[in-house]
Amino acid sequence: MALLDVVDLTVEFPTRRGVLRALDRVSFSIDAGEILGVVGESGAGKSLTGAAIVGLLERPGRIAGGQILFEGKRIDTLSAEPLRRIRGRRIGMIFQDPLTTLNPLYTIGRQLTETMQTHMRLSDSEARAKAIGWLDRVGIPAAAHRIDAYPHEFSGGQRQRVVIALALCADPVLVIADEPTTALDVSIQAQIITLLKDLTRDHGTAVMLITHDMGVIAETADRVAVMYAGRIAEIGPVAAVIRHPAHPYSDGLMASIPSLEHRVDRLRQIDGAMPRLDAIPNGCRFNPRCPRVFDRCTTEQPELLDAGATRAACWLHAHD
Amino acid sequence: MTKPAVLEAIAVSHLFDVSRPFLQRMFTREPRRMLRAVDDVSFEIAPGTTFALVGESGCGKSTIARLAVGLYEPSDGDILFENQPLSSARAQPGLRRRMNMIFQDPYASLNPRWRVSDIVAEPIRAFAIATRPNEVHARVGTLLAQVGLTIRDGEKYPHEFSGGQRQRISIARALASEPDFLVCDEPTSALDVSVQAQILNLMRDLQKRLGLTYLFISHNLAVVRHMADRLGVMYLGRIVEQGPAEAIFRTPRHPYTRLLLDAIPDLEQVGRARTPVGGELPSPIAPPPGCAFHPRCPLANDRCRVEKPAHTMAGAVQVACHAVEEGRDG
Repeated sequence: MALLDVVDLTVEFPTRRGVLRALDRVSFSIDAGEILGVVGESGAGKSLTGAAIVGLLERPGRIAGGQILFEGKRIDTLSAEPLRRIRGRRIGMIFQDPLTTLNPLYTIGRQLTETMQTHMRLSDSEARAKAIGWLDRVGIPAAAHRIDAYPHEFSGGQRQRVVIALALCADPVLVIADEPTTALDVSIQAQIITLLKDLTRDHGTAVMLITHDMGVIAETADRVAVMYAGRIAEIGPVAAVIRHPAHPYSDGLMASIPSLEHRVDRLRQIDGAMPRLDAIPNGCRFNPRCPRVFDRCTTEQPELLDAGATRAACWLHAHD
Repeated sequence: MTKPAVLEAIAVSHLFDVSRPFLQRMFTREPRRMLRAVDDVSFEIAPGTTFALVGESGCGKSTIARLAVGLYEPSDGDILFENQPLSSARAQPGLRRRMNMIFQDPYASLNPRWRVSDIVAEPIRAFAIATRPNEVHARVGTLLAQVGLTIRDGEKYPHEFSGGQRQRISIARALASEPDFLVCDEPTSALDVSVQAQILNLMRDLQKRLGLTYLFISHNLAVVRHMADRLGVMYLGRIVEQGPAEAIFRTPRHPYTRLLLDAIPDLEQVGRARTPVGGELPSPIAPPPGCAFHPRCPLANDRCRVEKPAHTMAGAVQVACHAVEEGRDG
């Protein structure tokens, strides 16, 4: 049994001009201890998927269909209170901007101990000792001293380390990390990614890593889901998706990334742009930009089909 | 003799006054505080080539971009545009016409109340490149076509376009004054990768077709590798390594360049385990003494902690590092 099982998840936003479907029957699963990368361009629905799983969809967004099973139980139907107990205790979260995650009015020590004491039975001194241990583990120097400092007294990279400590301190089994390194400089980004990878491996924590940076995914994830316009275009082992992408969109995406290893005269580009939610084309959503489009693509929407090592939502892989 | 460099920076420094207000300083007896955003930077850009500056936030690369088009005056040193000091550009509008800038944020850099055709026509009118309305209209059409848009797009407003198309409009506007030199400050950082590829391809096509010279500023080394002929790596206001881009990417000499190259997650290294270099960027207000990189440098010794390294040639590449100069960089 998978740790997290998302089945046909559909998210809609009712607007004055009709209902916009932001996620359309998204299905995937994450096993215990596994790192699943979710990659895609802005507006593809990656952050929305993460928010829907932990019940933090912004209004008027709502789950309009499908199921979310966590440790075998449905959590999409839970009311606010039981969901809040799962969030933080069993599922940790890391967001892009550490400043909005941390409360500027409380010391980081208070935020850590409060999080742990909400979810675990700990005395004040036990919680404080554990908090210092976590700060130390995420690489905050002089942790015993810095625990009484406020968020603004830390640099951007250190704040993100504190956020990681906050997400992991209640020993969750799943962490949802939404663009955890996007706001950071590359040399700091490398430190944070390594830290996240090492800590989750040591604790056997599964990670859903949402990012637009394919390089981060390549280095960190076991499997990757490529999203396009609210659907999963391709999902599979990270090496297979990067080296032998089966969906023309993932293929174009990989080829459009400039390489550090060698210089080409022209980058391969995907012409056009991702469609807006109110102008989703018929059939496959990628068909107007697809170099390999044929009749069926413009009329019928493909589901995920077996495509060698990966699964791709593309009629090229239909064998009927 | 070869043609003169399009742009030449000679020992340029730029300081910002970050002191507290006067009265507060009087009460607390604080001295003035200066931030040295650019410190003794020299480079030149040959016609038709791309010189790229790369570095992390706060390294001074955007300050150089502004210096290069004359938006800031250097506190020290000179910037020459085809051998003429840029500070005289105010006296010579002809010089000003020949340089332009493309900004990072295509949402903030286009006036939302103007039609695209007016945005692109403004430099044409301002520099009196064409004056009769139908001439201006024809010019706008050519410029929009050059960046892959149509004259009909000119009737729309910026909000009707996606990020990538807006950046195309910015490029059309930048080309409207028929410049030979463009400063591109993170032109693709706000764009998704598939759109980034479109814009980078367009910029290289235009460079070939129109013989443009670029000063290209980015924090993304892979993008820089794709665009640059020559490269300067910046750290806390100084260029720590500069030379032909190929040479630097093949054999980076400065420890900071190596750190940067090593830090970048790359597609071709699936599942790589790494040992990242620790430490964070120091504050540019109080940079460390000696070599500013020494607190993070694996090769630092006592000399690095006190003496600022000079720029020395190592092959085709200029490096400011005691370890490289002394040959203890292995």
